[in-house]
Amino acid sequence: MLLSAIISLTMLGTVFGLLLGVAARYLKVEGNPLVAELEQMLPGSQCGQCGFPGCTGAAQALADGSAPVTLCPPGGRALVQALAAKLGVEADLSGVADKLPMIAEVKEEICIGCTRCFKVCPTDAIMGAAQQIHVVFREACTACGKCEEVCPTESVKLQPIPVTLQSWHWNKPQTGSAA
Amino acid sequence: MKLFDLRGGVHPEGKKSLSVERHIRPLPLPKKLYVPLQQHIGAPATPVVNVGDKVLKGQLIANAQGAVSSSIHAPTSGTIIALGDHVAPHPSGLPVPTVTLESDGEDKWVALNAVEEPFTLAPEDIAARVAAAGIVGLGGATFPAALKLNLSRNSGVQTLIMNGGECEPYLTCDDRIMRERAAEIVEGIRLIAQAVAAKEILVGIEDNKPEAIAAMRTAAGDGEVKIVVMPSMYPMGSEKQIIQVLTGKEIPAGGRPADIGVLVHNVATAFAVHQAIRFGKPLISRIVTVSGGAIKTPCNVEALVGTPVQELIAFADGYAQPAARLVLGGPMMGQQFTNTDVPMVKGTSGVLALMSAEIGQAEASPCIRCSTCVRACPVGLLPLEMAAHIRVADLTGAVDLGLKDCIACGSCSYVCPAHIPLVHYFNYAKGDLAAQERSKLKQEATKKLADNRTERIARIERERAEAMARRKAAREAKERAAKEAAAKAEAAA
Repeated sequence: MLLSAIISLTMLGTVFGLLLGVAARYLKVEGNPLVAELEQMLPGSQCGQCGFPGCTGAAQALADGSAPVTLCPPGGRALVQALAAKLGVEADLSGVADKLPMIAEVKEEICIGCTRCFKVCPTDAIMGAAQQIHVVFREACTACGKCEEVCPTESVKLQPIPVTLQSWHWNKPQTGSAA
Repeated sequence: MKLFDLRGGVHPEGKKSLSVERHIRPLPLPKKLYVPLQQHIGAPATPVVNVGDKVLKGQLIANAQGAVSSSIHAPTSGTIIALGDHVAPHPSGLPVPTVTLESDGEDKWVALNAVEEPFTLAPEDIAARVAAAGIVGLGGATFPAALKLNLSRNSGVQTLIMNGGECEPYLTCDDRIMRERAAEIVEGIRLIAQAVAAKEILVGIEDNKPEAIAAMRTAAGDGEVKIVVMPSMYPMGSEKQIIQVLTGKEIPAGGRPADIGVLVHNVATAFAVHQAIRFGKPLISRIVTVSGGAIKTPCNVEALVGTPVQELIAFADGYAQPAARLVLGGPMMGQQFTNTDVPMVKGTSGVLALMSAEIGQAEASPCIRCSTCVRACPVGLLPLEMAAHIRVADLTGAVDLGLKDCIACGSCSYVCPAHIPLVHYFNYAKGDLAAQERSKLKQEATKKLADNRTERIARIERERAEAMARRKAAREAKERAAKEAAAKAEAAA
C-alpha cells in the first residue's frame, strides 16, 4: 500500500517534471512580451527626448516601472492615456497638457544648406540638399529637437504650432466643484 | 398629417416679436467686404484672383478644393485690395484667409447663365449648377448643398424634408423669407426634389409662424409640396429632430439622414437654389435677423456675404443700450464674438446683441442630480453623467455614455437649475477627442516614417558591406590570377 503510493507519486513527479522541462525549452519566451507591445505603441522615432536610448530603452523602463507613462513628449496625451491603460496605472495628465505642441521651423535667411539637420531627423521630416535652403514637412515633424542641436547657425528652431480654426476647440469649463 | 412625438426639448421664450413684423430690406452697399475662404464645412476654397484684380458681382473668386468644399463668388463689383488674414466669424476670434474686396459702387453683375425651363434639367445638371453657385446649407451647418444632393440621389432618397422650423429664439429670417418669397422657395423645393428624385416632399413649419404657413400653403397649392404644421419647441429645427417628428424615423447613431432615405434642407437654401438655377445667380447674399434687447431697431436685412457685422448693427440704428454679449446665429447654438469687424458669412442667420438681463450668467453650483437635463435632452442622453465624467478627465467614459450623439443643442444647459455649463463640457470634450485623434494619426504616420528610415539606413549599410565584400573578392581574384600568371610565366621560363 505504502509502496504503491510512493511509486505513483514519484511517477507523477517525474512526468510533470519532464513536461515542465520540455515546455521550458520549446515554449521559451524571449524577453518580456510587454516590452515589445509597449515599443509598438511608442512613436518609434528613436528621438531620445525621454532620456533613454531610443524607444526600446523607453519601453523597457516603462515595463519595469522605472519611468512614468508621461515620458514621451512626441506621443502627446493620447499616448499617455494608452500607456496608462496598458500598464493599469493612473495617468497624471497635468504635466503633459501644459507643454505646447511644437514644430521645427527653418529660418530661411540664415540657413546655409549644410545638410546636417536632415541627416539626423528620425522621421525624414526635413528636405534639403547641399547649399540649398532646407524645409520642414509639418506633418512629419515630431518636434524631437535633434535638428535644433546640430544646426550651426541656429536656423532650425522649435516653434509652438500656431492654433488654426481646424485645431482650435473650447477649453474645459472652469467651474470648481460643479457637475 | 400625423406627427410623431419628440423626446425632450425645451420652450425658451421666443422673443421673435422684436423683429418678426419687419420686412426684409436690402443693406446699402458696404465700402469694403471681407469674404473668408472658409464659409462651409470642409476644405477652404483656393483663391483664383490676385490683389489689384477688378471683379464683377457674382464672379468666381475662389474655387472649391477637394471633395467637401464650396466655391466663393464676389458679392459686388470692385477691386480686390487684399488676400490675407482677417478675423473669423468664430468664437476663437482667430484670423482666417480672407479676400478683401473694395466696392466700386456700381454693383455690376457678371454675365449670368440663366435657365428658362429649369424643370427640363437633368438631376446631375441641377446638382452641378448648385455646386457652381457655391450654395451651402443656410440653416447654419453650412454643409455644401450639391454634395448632399449627389449623396442623396445615389442612395435613393424617398423623402425630402424642408426645414422651416426656425426654433431658435430671436431669429425671424426664415419666417420672413417664407412670407415674402414663398413662390420662389416652392420652385426651389421642386428643383431640389427633382435633383434627388424624391417621392414625398414635406415642409415642416412651427405653429408660431401662421403667416408663413399661409403664404407657403398658397404658393404650394395642391401640388406635390406638402406644408406640415409642427408644434413650436426647441430644437425642432434640428435635422434629426425634424425627421423624427415628421417621419417617426430615427437616424442611427453616427449615421446620416440618407441612411434612412431622407434629405433635409433649409427653406432659405431652397430660395438660393431657385436663384442659382432660374437666374444663374451664385450665393452672395442672405437674409440676416439683427435683433436682441440691446439693438435699437431689430430688423431683417438682406446683406452681402462679407459685410462687416458693425454695418448690420448700424443699419438697425445701433445699440439702445450696452450689449453684454454679441452672438452670431441664435442664442441657443450661436457663436459669441467680440470684434464687430467680423464679416457675416453664408451661415450667418442672425446677429444678436443681448443685454445682461437676457443672458443667464449665474455662477455654476454643484449638481443636485435633479435630472432635469435628462428630461430636456432631445437625443435621450444623460448630460449630468457625461459632464461628471468629462470633469474628471474621463473622456472615454463620456463617449461610452453617448457623447458622440450629442447635437450640442444646449437644451441641458438651458434648463440646468445649477447653471452648470453642460454643453460647454461636451463641446470641449468633442474638441479634445478630435485633437487626440489627430495626434494619434500623426503618431502612426511618423512611426511609419521612422521605420522606413531605420530600414533604409540598414539597407544602405548592408549594400555597402556587400559592395565591399564584392570588391574584396574581385581584388583577391585578380591578385590570384596575377600570381598564377606569374607562376606560369616562371614555369615557362
